[in-house]
Amino acid sequence: MRKILIDPVTRLEGHGKIAIFLDDDGEVANTYFQVPELRGFEQFCVGRPVEEMPRITTRICGVCPEAHHMASVKACDAVFHVEPPTAAKKLRELLYSAFFVGDHTLHFYALGGPDFVVGPDAPPAERNILGVVRKVGLEVGAKVIELRKRAQRVVSLIGGKAIHPVTGVPGGVVKPLKAEERDEIVGHTAYFLEFAKFTIGVFDQVVRGNQGYVDMIHSDSYTHRFYSMGTVDENNKLNFYDGKIRVVDPDGKEFVKFPPRDYLQVLAEHVEPWTYLKFPFLKQVGWKGFVEGNDSGVYRATPLSRLNAADGMATPLAQEQYEVMYQRLGKPVHQTLATHWARVIELLYAAERAAELARDDEILSDKIRTIPTATPTEGVGCVEAPRGTLYHHYVTDERGILRKVNLIVGTTNNHAAIAMSIRKAAHGVIRRGVEITDGVLNRIEMAFRAYDPCFGCATHSLPGKMPLEVQVFDSHGTLLNSRRRGCE
Amino acid sequence: MKTNSKNFEPRIVGFLCNWCSYTGADLAGTSRMKSAPNLRIIRLMCSGRVDPSFILRAFQLGADGILVAGCHPGDCHYQEGNFKALRRVPLLKRILREFGIDERRLRLEWISAAEGEKFAKVSTEFTEELRALGPLRLETSVLPQSLGGELETQEVAA
Amino acid sequence: MSKPKLALYWAASCGGCEVAVLDVAEKILDVAGFFDIVFWPCAMDFKYKDVEAMADGDIDLCLFNGAIRNSENESMAHLLRRKAKVLVAFGSCAMDGCIPGLANLTTREAILESSYQETPSTLNPERTRPLPQVAAPEGELDIPKFYESVRTLAQVVPVEYFIPGCPPQPTQILNVMSAIMQGAVLPPAGSVIGAGEKTCCEECGRPRKEKHIKRFYRVWEIETKPEECLLDQGVICMGPATRSGCGALCVKANMPCRGCYGAAPNVIDQGVKMVSAISSVIDSQDPAEIDSILDQIADPVGTFYRFSVPNSILHRKQPSGSA
Repeated sequence: MRKILIDPVTRLEGHGKIAIFLDDDGEVANTYFQVPELRGFEQFCVGRPVEEMPRITTRICGVCPEAHHMASVKACDAVFHVEPPTAAKKLRELLYSAFFVGDHTLHFYALGGPDFVVGPDAPPAERNILGVVRKVGLEVGAKVIELRKRAQRVVSLIGGKAIHPVTGVPGGVVKPLKAEERDEIVGHTAYFLEFAKFTIGVFDQVVRGNQGYVDMIHSDSYTHRFYSMGTVDENNKLNFYDGKIRVVDPDGKEFVKFPPRDYLQVLAEHVEPWTYLKFPFLKQVGWKGFVEGNDSGVYRATPLSRLNAADGMATPLAQEQYEVMYQRLGKPVHQTLATHWARVIELLYAAERAAELARDDEILSDKIRTIPTATPTEGVGCVEAPRGTLYHHYVTDERGILRKVNLIVGTTNNHAAIAMSIRKAAHGVIRRGVEITDGVLNRIEMAFRAYDPCFGCATHSLPGKMPLEVQVFDSHGTLLNSRRRGCE
Repeated sequence: MKTNSKNFEPRIVGFLCNWCSYTGADLAGTSRMKSAPNLRIIRLMCSGRVDPSFILRAFQLGADGILVAGCHPGDCHYQEGNFKALRRVPLLKRILREFGIDERRLRLEWISAAEGEKFAKVSTEFTEELRALGPLRLETSVLPQSLGGELETQEVAA
Repeated sequence: MSKPKLALYWAASCGGCEVAVLDVAEKILDVAGFFDIVFWPCAMDFKYKDVEAMADGDIDLCLFNGAIRNSENESMAHLLRRKAKVLVAFGSCAMDGCIPGLANLTTREAILESSYQETPSTLNPERTRPLPQVAAPEGELDIPKFYESVRTLAQVVPVEYFIPGCPPQPTQILNVMSAIMQGAVLPPAGSVIGAGEKTCCEECGRPRKEKHIKRFYRVWEIETKPEECLLDQGVICMGPATRSGCGALCVKANMPCRGCYGAAPNVIDQGVKMVSAISSVIDSQDPAEIDSILDQIADPVGTFYRFSVPNSILHRKQPSGSA
């Protein structure tokens, strides 16, 4: 058996590596996607006061701290049995929508998008934001920077800080919005909307207008039939901030719909010894291993899954795009690369939603707190993080000091699916007698990149290279062959 | 590994205030009262001068127990200094507890200038209490460079 | 003439420090124009082998964020120390241990047991645990060893500079990068840069009175007045024990400081300084009353040492029964 190691997987939030084992015929025997990190939040948060969690759990992720802040503060609301005033919820959702705009933009232009905009077989030097800029226009880079700046600004106006917001408390938020701040935010949301429409145009023109990409999207190597998870409002339209969690089966039929507090009836997590990250799966179906289909509990929680699980989008322009996608591809969509399409549709929804909320006069209210009076006990808070459904579950003593913490974090939902997508892509492109080229490796990486496994911070992937080293060992560990690309 | 109780001589650091407790300790000495020799005395002007970091530092450097002694409440030479100690020590004890250090290793006492006997008694009692508790032997995976310790790091056995 | 080489690496952290670098917005282009970025795993595809192949000291400046949690973090710290002329502990995790450092109040065993066994959604009847080496049917797999304690960067290798913050604010990052790019003389090695020389109170702006605290409030139970010091109102705010430099952003948003910029200048242990400060402002001379006021501080260690357990004097909690 020969082992190919991709280490580290780069342009990933955190750390990851891929081990590919080839049998004696040179075919892929198996692949392992390993996550080498663990910090222990579920344990070291025990003993902390629960109301501090919205500021502690943001440190799970500096790219999506807003997601943790919101899931945490909602869990706190539940722990204290307190209902925030509607103005507070709107302020939270406005912050959250602005965050989504910034985050999805980053992924599309700098991380996932380049594979489409410049093409998967394009030279590595082109497969980054610079290549996108060259293809689509110089102002694009500047626009992305400007967009991020504005999105971070909105988050900090409502949340206090852009990276690690602070203003969420059990029962509401602590910072009322001033009129001039609101006016500024309205201006930013107008920019978001224009930019989102522009991005849809880029996707239409460059991706959907290209038959080669359309074929790739449809190819079997990147297709898996999984259950799909997302959060929906009372009309079964997608909502990032609040709602019930809905799972549809691989045929698109509703399998289960549950409020956050019932998540333990639906989800369980499987452990493997070769990775620190666990594998959530649907309990009622069961863990059948790394297999797809109706009888496997593996599911996806991605922009694509969210659109699959919803009956539509709550805002008009996004709804139009939603219909276009499903008319083209049928529903549900299982082609992993179509996640990029779903993501730009979500970007448009987030921009529309932000604009809606910014214009709602209630966000100027000073009634933004409900002081809890009940004894704290236990609660679950969920939001849709850009990378998947996020669950925070807290159990406290009667003083609100944490006794138990359970977290199922966005990308974690997709751990099994990512592993399988990598494996299927590897099977598809690594064959006996086929040279392992840059393009081959990139097509494997495209399989995980579609999931936006956090951290699309490649806005300035500056040298435009994608250096990679592949080493081939025999079963005795002797180095047989090694290939590098783009390394000086 | 705990030293056999019989052989273990606790090392105690005592922060004594100049006006009352140090004078009381002096009195014990000049009166030839028997008291355990384990107490290493540091004289400060007031028990309120004892910055809690001195206490932690002393533990880090090898003290098995710390005594903070000052004037009786109401008698402080600086009016309220000892009240600061009265608040700092209980709060620090909570911190010690959370760090897994037995809070009995930190002791606050009021000893006046005339109380040589009290000083001797406290000193001896505290020594025996610490002897029963055993040496502190802080487990840490680092030694601070600023103390002149070598940058010695090792993986603490799992 | 070749450009100076810059490397960024992230160990056990959340990535926020690197997003903060991006948040200098359009100024990033100046930075990118000045430096040749030779290693940045989150953004670029250079690998560890590329760093190993560099000559020692080849990297002019390395911004290392993240704490040392496992064997990979540690070996990268040693590798980058060799390859970098100037190594900077970038952000609270690298400098003080930050939030991952709270793990030093528990044990490795407790973390593994809760993560892989006890949490209510975990289904693991076989009691499987991640292992540094696993013999899979096809071959061997390995992952880093998870250490007992979290350490700061300077507890593992010598470090030239420290930039505090969780994250370091983009304005401060820009101050440092601009100074370097303009060829300014840097302060002596061992200095804290990119931050102020006072405490957070200096930047807060709220009026302060002489404090007489008879009651402490947790943030969920009180609506605070925006024009009054939070500590005056009985809300624990780490401002007095925290270095300035962040602009007091949290307090300006009506939340108390939690100390992410680390200890004030010339202080070796941030948490114990707060013990001193809090004790000074409690308004009581009666031991029983003092105790009941102290009981209102919900989590003294987790509050005073939120960001700095590994860099504190005691460094970690003692194993039970030993101390």
